[in-house]
Amino acid sequence: MKALNVDDVSMVFTVPGGADVHALENVNLKLEPGELVSVLGPSGCGKTTLLNIVAGFLSPTRGQVFLDDDPVTGPSAERGMVFQQGALFEWMSVEKNVAFGPSVAGKPRAEIKKTVDHLLSVVGLEDFATKPVYQLSGGMQQRVALARCLANDPEVILMDEPLGALDALTREKMQGLVLKLWKETGKTIILITHSVEEALFLGERLIVMAPRPGRIEKEYRLPFAEMGLKKSPRDVKAAPAFIKNREEILSMIWEMEEEIMGRQEAS
Amino acid sequence: MADQKQAASDKKPASNLAIWLGLADNSFTRQKTVKFGDASAVNSGRGYGIITVAALLLLWWVATAFGWIKPIYWPSFGSVATRLDTLWTDGFRNVALWDHVAISVYRVLSGVFYGALVGIPLGLAMGLSSVARGVFDPVVEFIRPIPPLALIPLIILWFGIDEFAKIFLLFLASLFIMTIAARAGVSSVNISKVHAAYSLGASKWQVLTRVILPNALPEIFTGLRVSMGVCWGTVVAAELVAADRGVGSMIMIAKNFLQTDTVVIGIIIIGIIGFTIEILMRQLEKWLVPWRGKS
Ligand SMILES: Nc1ncnc2c1ncn2[C@@H]1O[C@H](COP(=O)(O)OP(=O)(O)OP(=O)(O)O)[C@@H](O)[C@H]1O
Ligand SMILES: [Mg+2]
Repeated sequence: MKALNVDDVSMVFTVPGGADVHALENVNLKLEPGELVSVLGPSGCGKTTLLNIVAGFLSPTRGQVFLDDDPVTGPSAERGMVFQQGALFEWMSVEKNVAFGPSVAGKPRAEIKKTVDHLLSVVGLEDFATKPVYQLSGGMQQRVALARCLANDPEVILMDEPLGALDALTREKMQGLVLKLWKETGKTIILITHSVEEALFLGERLIVMAPRPGRIEKEYRLPFAEMGLKKSPRDVKAAPAFIKNREEILSMIWEMEEEIMGRQEAS
Repeated sequence: MADQKQAASDKKPASNLAIWLGLADNSFTRQKTVKFGDASAVNSGRGYGIITVAALLLLWWVATAFGWIKPIYWPSFGSVATRLDTLWTDGFRNVALWDHVAISVYRVLSGVFYGALVGIPLGLAMGLSSVARGVFDPVVEFIRPIPPLALIPLIILWFGIDEFAKIFLLFLASLFIMTIAARAGVSSVNISKVHAAYSLGASKWQVLTRVILPNALPEIFTGLRVSMGVCWGTVVAAELVAADRGVGSMIMIAKNFLQTDTVVIGIIIIGIIGFTIEILMRQLEKWLVPWRGKS
């Protein structure tokens, strides 16, 4: 696995006829190989923008992103992405979706089949291999999206609210799956989420971002991901340390949100 | 009291016949209390439809049998039947009835085929490249609002009235529809899918063939259906103007001989074929793009 280095990245959106939007300002972030970092922050603080820059879909107005020593200039197979929803190819079956990466890379058919079968059983969808994806529930679709990303064996996995559209119960189960996959594959992962609980539970490190300009406000090192590998998610989330962190971060984000609302009312 | 409650809760279901005729509520509409304004709660009223058709046919029969209307304006049942029989066995003007229909359908299919062959790549290019968009946009936008029929005189001047001229007209009619459909298909793609494909390692060509094209298929199909409809209307009109074969020419020539019964038969055939095309295209669409509207 490679290390990811976001080096002093700024992003300014120029809106015709409006004020410039400082979506990101001097963001610095380093990920060691195999690290799982979760990113939290109020709506509009630049989380998606940051991820799009790391993925190579956007080029920052200042600064650069490096994977080991190579600067990121565009999307590539070494940085896989799991979207919130709607990014599966609905004209393909579940297995064709998962096979997409290896097949565009021209891997031999037998090898692709082996990878796909393995990953489908990992995410528990072996019985749905030939089903069209639009016949699957939201949670199943996100498992397909995870498997599709893993099939490509990327260096870094970027997730933008991958579980955001799921109900609470499915979400909790999926968190367990993400944790398991992370441990098994040892991937470097950035996970964006709106759920403080999810961010605490999954991240080894937690970044809290603040808006206008979008920046990193605070950083935590967390023990809960390690705990979650041994204990049940419910137990981890009920631990006093977990609750204390959760309340602290929640009130911080609340304050930011209130400040934004206040500013909007003032203007 | 108890009996009444019982009666209210399980209303006797209407007979199957009444349900099929769309006169009584079916199991779906029965439970709905709001019907005025909910189109899905309105029964089909198929029974009334049957009555209407029967009444029209009766009116036809009575009006011609009692001489309310002259045969030159509207033929009698009997004469239409005999005419259909002769058309079936002897054809019309030395051409079998079936051939008249076949040549019209052939023209439509060729026109739509060539229109799609050129229009789809053109539309894709316009959705993907600023050069293609810039070059073709003014042309497409200018020609699009012109009804294909208005081009007939020009096309006759250029190509005369042979087969090529007709197919060229239909090609033009479908070309712009297909171009616009393909372009709309490209812009309807959810950008996440394109991003996903690139970050899975796809090349531009692979993104085009494996993501953008399949994603545009539903729109392209709508374009094909519209093209078929427009071309069917255009071919009949073009044949009215200049042709010696085809359903349109058949009714035009029959008019010159005051064969109103042949005219009526032609019109009915035109209607049936237009309807059949629409149904076939819908079936084909269900079969070929089953994911339509499912994302
Ligand atoms: N293409 C764009 N043009 C102009 N402004 C943009 C563009 N994309 C994002 N922005 C602005 O940049 C800021 C950050 O947007 P971003 O989508 O990264 O927020 P986010 O943290 O992902 O929010 P959310 O949690 O709601 O998804 C917002 O103020 C947004 O309005
Ligand atoms: Mg976002």
